Amino acid sequence: MTGWEQVYHIGPAVTLLGGAGVVLLADMILPRGRAPFALLTLLVLALAAGWAIWHANTGTTGPSFDGAVVTDRFALFFIFLFIAATAAVTIASTDWVKKLDLSAEYYALLLVAAGSMSLLVQGNDLILIFVALETTALVQYVLVGLTRRDRSAEAGIKYLISGAVAAGLMIYGFAFLFGTTGATSLDGIASFVQAGHEEARLPLTLGFVLVAAGFGFKMALVPFHGWAPDVYQGGPTPIISFLSVASKAGGFAIALRLFYTGLGGSETFISEDWAMMFGVLAVASMLFGNIAALVQTDLRRLLGYSSIAQAGNIAIGLAAVSTGSTLGPSGVMFFLATYVATNLGAFFAVIAISQRIGSYEIGDYAGLIRRSPMLAAILMLCLLSLTGIPPTAGFIAKIYIFNSAVQAGEQWLIVLVAVAVVNTAVSAYYYLRLARTMIVDDAKDEMTFRPTLSMQVVLVFAAVTVIFVGLVPAPLISAAQRAAETLQIQ
Amino acid sequence: MTVDLAHYLAVSGIIFGIGVAIALSKRNVVAVLMGIELMLNASNLAFLAFSRFSGAFQDGTEPLAGHTFVVFVLTVAAAEAAVALAMAVLIYRRRETVDLDRISVLRW
Repeated sequence: MTGWEQVYHIGPAVTLLGGAGVVLLADMILPRGRAPFALLTLLVLALAAGWAIWHANTGTTGPSFDGAVVTDRFALFFIFLFIAATAAVTIASTDWVKKLDLSAEYYALLLVAAGSMSLLVQGNDLILIFVALETTALVQYVLVGLTRRDRSAEAGIKYLISGAVAAGLMIYGFAFLFGTTGATSLDGIASFVQAGHEEARLPLTLGFVLVAAGFGFKMALVPFHGWAPDVYQGGPTPIISFLSVASKAGGFAIALRLFYTGLGGSETFISEDWAMMFGVLAVASMLFGNIAALVQTDLRRLLGYSSIAQAGNIAIGLAAVSTGSTLGPSGVMFFLATYVATNLGAFFAVIAISQRIGSYEIGDYAGLIRRSPMLAAILMLCLLSLTGIPPTAGFIAKIYIFNSAVQAGEQWLIVLVAVAVVNTAVSAYYYLRLARTMIVDDAKDEMTFRPTLSMQVVLVFAAVTVIFVGLVPAPLISAAQRAAETLQIQ
Repeated sequence: MTVDLAHYLAVSGIIFGIGVAIALSKRNVVAVLMGIELMLNASNLAFLAFSRFSGAFQDGTEPLAGHTFVVFVLTVAAAEAAVALAMAVLIYRRRETVDLDRISVLRW
């Protein structure tokens, strides 16, 4: 396979990145303030989704570009996830964008972020992974600082500096993985690891620990979480809603790819080591995130710490490697899919409420159920799902990922699940306290309000997804399992 | 005495350590960026050394991938510096400082 045929394999990414250029071009050609950027963005997203569907149906899968890119169900699963998240954020932010002087740039950057993340999950070579990861990161730094207001700029520079340090650690780790195995392609690294070079354990361990630092920053795992609360509080909320799900999904996707495919799956001498490492990171993230979230009064900071704790939950799936089955990876993928719907729903409700009441303080949310029943109900549903209470999607996701760790049958994994269950109880306190404030407390202001139409559309869609996946999880679970199967080395 | 892989790795490790120390201890944004630049260049040195002396644990021809990687790292470092300095200028215009301790409307 040569030439243009290969380009078909990165079609979704090319469409999204090219679409970003088209949006910027439209900004130059069309009269100022008249261009329908949101529609254009949605059109580009639809085209990319169509291309990905074509891949999934015709089975045009497999490696391309000398094995640097791989198109498989795993990559397509995440590409659909990124496109859905980007589309939801695009629709939800149409009101917010009106106040922004850089609206074309905003949509273009969103598309670049989605495009480079699509390329990232298709990456099967350290060079491509590095470039795609850094492109995504740079776009996200700019997005956070986009309004150029005081807090936005401050959040942007803090995000950038911690991100750049994490990237520096990661690239040093890549150097060691490359130096030890003599290959940059994940297949080459895998065949080296599977050959059982026990003498290379030390440099390999050094390599993957440093790489985990870079990925941990994306996922907001302790101890690479420092940016999350500040950026969540300071950044523009619609952009943060995108970061909170897309950055996390991208980080976990590439960690799955690198550790499961690159480091040789569950059967090698090194897999126990990195599984343990993710176990430790998971416990630290859950404990720190949940305890810090207990004392927060700003809703955005609370969601920031909650996202750290949720990253800990998801990392359990990475630690549950020793099963040799696809339970661990598919658990991560299923959890991420539900997390996208749940967290976006929660964030959109917060955005819609705060646009009216002008505050993110939890105390100002008192009695919200009487002021805006729809927004309060959807926010509460998402909080229940984040806690993991049936019949929501979050409940199934938590059970599934805990089960994957228990099935692995190792002593320390069962301890890990026990810690996670205790943490779920702790998290219920701050999630449900917010729900209680909205229902029980008296409102300071009785004026009622409703969200705008575009916001209603995405809110209802998120809420329906959360309930539907909670009641009928089988289709999504089997999609995640089939996608996880392609991750295993043939 | 011949200069071999271990020497290059030692130098690279020292530079990386200095870079991390600067990035974590300095409070001036520009100084932190210099530390990050050192980290990236230490990685470049390691890549080139590994590439030149082939895999440390594997025989084979000189893998050119390491050289290729360096080109991409340099490019990304330049892009990162451009975005970072733009943000530093933006912050300086508003606050007349680029000291990270004083850029703290948000808690760290």
